[in-house]
Amino acid sequence: METQQIKETIQMISEENLDIRTITMGLSLLDCITGDSKTTAQKIYAKITTQAAQLVPVADAIENEFGIPIVNKRLSVTPVALLAGSDPHPNFPLFAKAMDAAAKAVNVDLIGGYSATVQAGCTPADKALMASIPEALAATERVCSSVNVGSTRNGLNMDAVKIMGEVVKQVAAIDPVNAMKLVVFANAVEDNPFMAGAFWGVSEGDVAINTGVSGPGVVQRAIADRPDASFEEICEIIKQTAFKVSRMGQFVGKVAAERLHVPFNIVDLSLAPTPARGDSVAEILETLGLSHVGTPGTTAALALLNDAVKKGGVMAAERVGGLSGAFIPVSEDANMIKAAEAGQISLEKLEAMTAVCSVGLDMVAIPGDTPATTIAGMIADEAAIGMINNKTTAVRVIPVPGKTVGDSINFGGLFGRAPIMAVNDGDASSFVSRGGQIPAPIHSFKN
Amino acid sequence: MQVIITVIGTDKVGIIAAVTTKLAALNVNILDVSQTIMQGAFTMMLLAQLPEAAAFTSTKAELQDLGTSIGVDVKIARQEIFDAMHKL
Repeated sequence: METQQIKETIQMISEENLDIRTITMGLSLLDCITGDSKTTAQKIYAKITTQAAQLVPVADAIENEFGIPIVNKRLSVTPVALLAGSDPHPNFPLFAKAMDAAAKAVNVDLIGGYSATVQAGCTPADKALMASIPEALAATERVCSSVNVGSTRNGLNMDAVKIMGEVVKQVAAIDPVNAMKLVVFANAVEDNPFMAGAFWGVSEGDVAINTGVSGPGVVQRAIADRPDASFEEICEIIKQTAFKVSRMGQFVGKVAAERLHVPFNIVDLSLAPTPARGDSVAEILETLGLSHVGTPGTTAALALLNDAVKKGGVMAAERVGGLSGAFIPVSEDANMIKAAEAGQISLEKLEAMTAVCSVGLDMVAIPGDTPATTIAGMIADEAAIGMINNKTTAVRVIPVPGKTVGDSINFGGLFGRAPIMAVNDGDASSFVSRGGQIPAPIHSFKN
Repeated sequence: MQVIITVIGTDKVGIIAAVTTKLAALNVNILDVSQTIMQGAFTMMLLAQLPEAAAFTSTKAELQDLGTSIGVDVKIARQEIFDAMHKL
């Protein structure tokens, strides 16, 4: 009996917030397409409630038996824009309601996939889906939406970027909380288990289990014990810690898949913070020697963290996927909130950080009077970073009606609170209104 | 089913006796045991075999109730999770 190892595992779980952040069942809805919205919606409900009926009971049993918290149980489904079939006037909000009702029936926390992938152009169904996002998110509680507007292979669909700037505004105008459920991506991945951006790509199988692990606190404690360590030593510590954390995701996912009699797909090795004390990615960066997140050096610190997490995790899991890296949401990270409130971190610094970590401008509250074209400009900037650097980037900003810099918004619970951050007040409207596609970059031509 | 039971708390007379008596009553066979004082806290770890018919959840509840009554923290988890994290 290896008492030291047992003690380490128990300490990680009980004191350092190690958890399985999510078990996400990916579910194809392609076999629900009928061409008639009402019938398709019925088939969506039936398939989800049949296939995912045991997901939550199985996850709860694993949590009980193995003593590892499984924070979220989620579903990701085929991008809903593809489900219109031959229906010329698809009623997409009806699909959202069917997804919401099914998610509630099987008791999952969230369901992702109210999505369209439009990086190379929009079909009429894609356009209809994007236009319906404000209504769909307002009419449902657990449905999450995402739109992929660009990729390294396809370039940026600037028409879609402009539309999504407006959609983000419309969503937040109804209720800013709804904007938390909408992400605009470039290079979106098809097996991401994390929300709000999870969807189940068309190249995936019928059904499979994906897990996302987390544990910023575990990494922070490990490096806090070694204040004088060199960068090589720090990277080794992070790799070893990420390995152990990822093994949990591999193990739990495998057990869950076996019990549910479905294939096990991928482990997403992400450091996802929560506002809880000791569960902060920003705190890791500060422990590396920065007075606060946002200080010069922050991007380098984040780059080494993100890379070491990936290196440690890849050997721990049979198949790695999803976003796999460090997340830097503002409102969900206690030290990030602190830095934003103190004016120590700006949107521009966050943007630079997104070039080296796994996602993008995430959970950032901005003034309610920010023009849609400015939001479109932010989306275009992030998408360009993703396109040129061959990585996933995303924008999940929340223009909070009636609020401005100095105010804040409280989302409650795990979603935390966000100070309204200043946005450059220049005008991007002529740029984003040009229309068309920014072509794919030169390094995309690999054939 | 093999499980790891950990007992952590302030040292006092009778913790080992209380826990092992309870395990015997539950027909749980102890395969290995380690007890020490770590950073001032009483720390005991047991590798144990649950009888075939035993329900994990009720065993867990009984042990946690015992922990509450004698003022220590008792955790029980299936052994595979520890191997998964530490063994290649």
